[in-house]
Amino acid sequence: MRIELEKRANPSTLFSILSPFLALALTVVAGGIMFALIGKSPVAALYSFFIEPLLDIWSLHEIAIKAAPLILIGAGLSVCYRSNNWNIGAEGQFIAGAIAGAIVPVVFHDWHSSLVLPLMLIFGMIGGALYAAIPAFLKAHMNTNEILTSLMLVYIAQLFLDWLVRGPWRSPDAYNFPVTRDFVPEAILPELISSGRANLGFAFAIIAAVGLWIMMRYTLKGFEITVLGQSERAGRFAGFSSKRMIWFSMLLSGALAGLAGISEVSGTIGKLQPIISPGYGFTAIIVAFLGRLNPLGIIAAGLFLALTYVGGEAVQLTLSVSDKVTRVFQGLLLFFVLSCDTLIQYKIRLVFSRFGQTTEGSAH
Amino acid sequence: MKKIILALATSAAVIGFAAAANAQDATKICFIYVGSKTDGGWTQAHDIGRQALQAEFGDKIETPFLENVPEGPDAERAIERMARSGCALVFTTSFGFMDATVKVAEKFPDVKFEHATGFKSGPNVATYNSRFYEGRYIQGLIAAKMSQKGVAGYIASFPIPEVVMGINSFVHGAQSINPDFKVKVIWANTWFDPGKEADAAKALIDQGVDILTQHTDTTAPMQVAAERGIKAFGQASDMIKAGPETQLTAIVDTWGAYYIKRTKAVLDGTWKSEQVWDGLKDGILTMAPYTNMPDDVKKLAEEAEAKIRSGELHPFTGPIKKQDGSDWLADGAVSDDGTLLGMNFYIAGVDDQLPK
Repeated sequence: MRIELEKRANPSTLFSILSPFLALALTVVAGGIMFALIGKSPVAALYSFFIEPLLDIWSLHEIAIKAAPLILIGAGLSVCYRSNNWNIGAEGQFIAGAIAGAIVPVVFHDWHSSLVLPLMLIFGMIGGALYAAIPAFLKAHMNTNEILTSLMLVYIAQLFLDWLVRGPWRSPDAYNFPVTRDFVPEAILPELISSGRANLGFAFAIIAAVGLWIMMRYTLKGFEITVLGQSERAGRFAGFSSKRMIWFSMLLSGALAGLAGISEVSGTIGKLQPIISPGYGFTAIIVAFLGRLNPLGIIAAGLFLALTYVGGEAVQLTLSVSDKVTRVFQGLLLFFVLSCDTLIQYKIRLVFSRFGQTTEGSAH
Repeated sequence: MKKIILALATSAAVIGFAAAANAQDATKICFIYVGSKTDGGWTQAHDIGRQALQAEFGDKIETPFLENVPEGPDAERAIERMARSGCALVFTTSFGFMDATVKVAEKFPDVKFEHATGFKSGPNVATYNSRFYEGRYIQGLIAAKMSQKGVAGYIASFPIPEVVMGINSFVHGAQSINPDFKVKVIWANTWFDPGKEADAAKALIDQGVDILTQHTDTTAPMQVAAERGIKAFGQASDMIKAGPETQLTAIVDTWGAYYIKRTKAVLDGTWKSEQVWDGLKDGILTMAPYTNMPDDVKKLAEEAEAKIRSGELHPFTGPIKKQDGSDWLADGAVSDDGTLLGMNFYIAGVDDQLPK
């Protein structure tokens, strides 16, 4: 016996809209069961996980801080994925952007000017875009698989940052700790409003997401992205170049990831250190899909993922459960999103016949 | 459906209030850990201290904690969360929490903070540290006696003064027995990473060391030493379970007494910001039982421990030369604490270049 997925003739439109919400509900239910199994009240746990953080101005700020990079990166990735370019290396572009942007406050650390911050942000975007240009070039001209190249470049970026902060960029006054100098006040991304530490990065994220939504919906470029993503051949007939689309989507998502990187470093860390991201570039992939590759959906998805980080910490404190619970929730969420999507498109069929075994054998 | 939501919301609210009411009775003494509380090393030692504290005061206090808090922007949020949740005293138990602790402390002048092993303090930020180097000196003595090849491997975390001081103390102890004793150092550049620590241990053993010591947090190096059949020293917690035939002794951080003392001060209203640097005699560190060694080595170690306790012996007593050959301490001279706390040089005999 084996299990087969069979494509449904008419996938339900209603359910494909409902899918993320269904996945959310299933995650909450599964999470509740998990809490019950470890002997904690599911209601109390889910309350402090999902509700409590929303009732406090302070934790709303913290959610915004966490959501900003996820939304920025996720929105950029959605353009890539829509156009059938699988950029998995946003984490590397995030780091490249952070490094490029940090050139100004680290190398020219005596320079106090209101130009510092805009320059940093521009450098950050250029850095991220240039780093994404490598897999773009390889795909467009060498026909290389961008999933592999972009992913592998992540490790190179991480190790390069590691080398920088231990070597040439190490601060002379940090007692040999592998960090750069603290950025000068002019290089710090200002806070949005005075009630908390959420910074301009969140505004960038919202502006970028809304901008991309408008582009996707109302412009020819958006149409081009969708057409090329769905059928490269059809796109060619319409006069669209898939090569140029590779460049466009990769550079755009790289620039946004780079902006997220420099915003994070400038807004919340205030210096470079070996680890600047808890995996934002990868979590943003979940965000992009949870948001149905729609930039507005990605805003909601990014906020939700951020809530799982902040809420996970809250339950750790109030109910003393392990910090791993956050990861479990994110894993559950991705699992349910993917399985809901799959089951809307496909149905499960159990195959009992011997024919099945022979076809399986020939498939190898 | 509406009813269910209403019921859920009400019960959640009730639970919320109950938790809040409960919290007002007991004083909250909070802890931030950089690693897992069961890491078998640094963080576990702090958690054992926390448990001792809880046992001492029972219902009068609560001791919530957050574990695996990365040193970075997340640390600031975690510490601020503690301060907001009504903690009277927050212990931040890793060097890398220093800036975040100071930052949050400025926002919450009524909450007391204690930062382990740092050098920045404030009106409501105290620092506490342990003279780990006293234990390292004893380990050096044992290493020189036990090593056949006269070379020990040292898995170090970051080239900060505290770690450099430990290496120097170990070397100085070993050379007081065997003047030709050498130490090879590998910088793991992490406090907590079992994989990297194990790799460093393997690399050192492959380079021919036959004694291993570590300044990182997990039992991984001890396990590698056990597999390869060499002896090793535990760090922060008694790691005898990871190497019953391997561990010679361990520097055991016994923070409990300090946590109890400081909590008492908070409860009495006598807490003041202080910079504490206690040693073997104060009980903030102890040596795990001397095992897997001949009796004469054990006796030597115990005598040295007693002398350090009584103040008769200071591990950094001259003559000591720096690695570059210049003089540091004259015969009989003892290093002052300031030099130790800012130590950024090796003494002669360390087979490594200090990362610059």
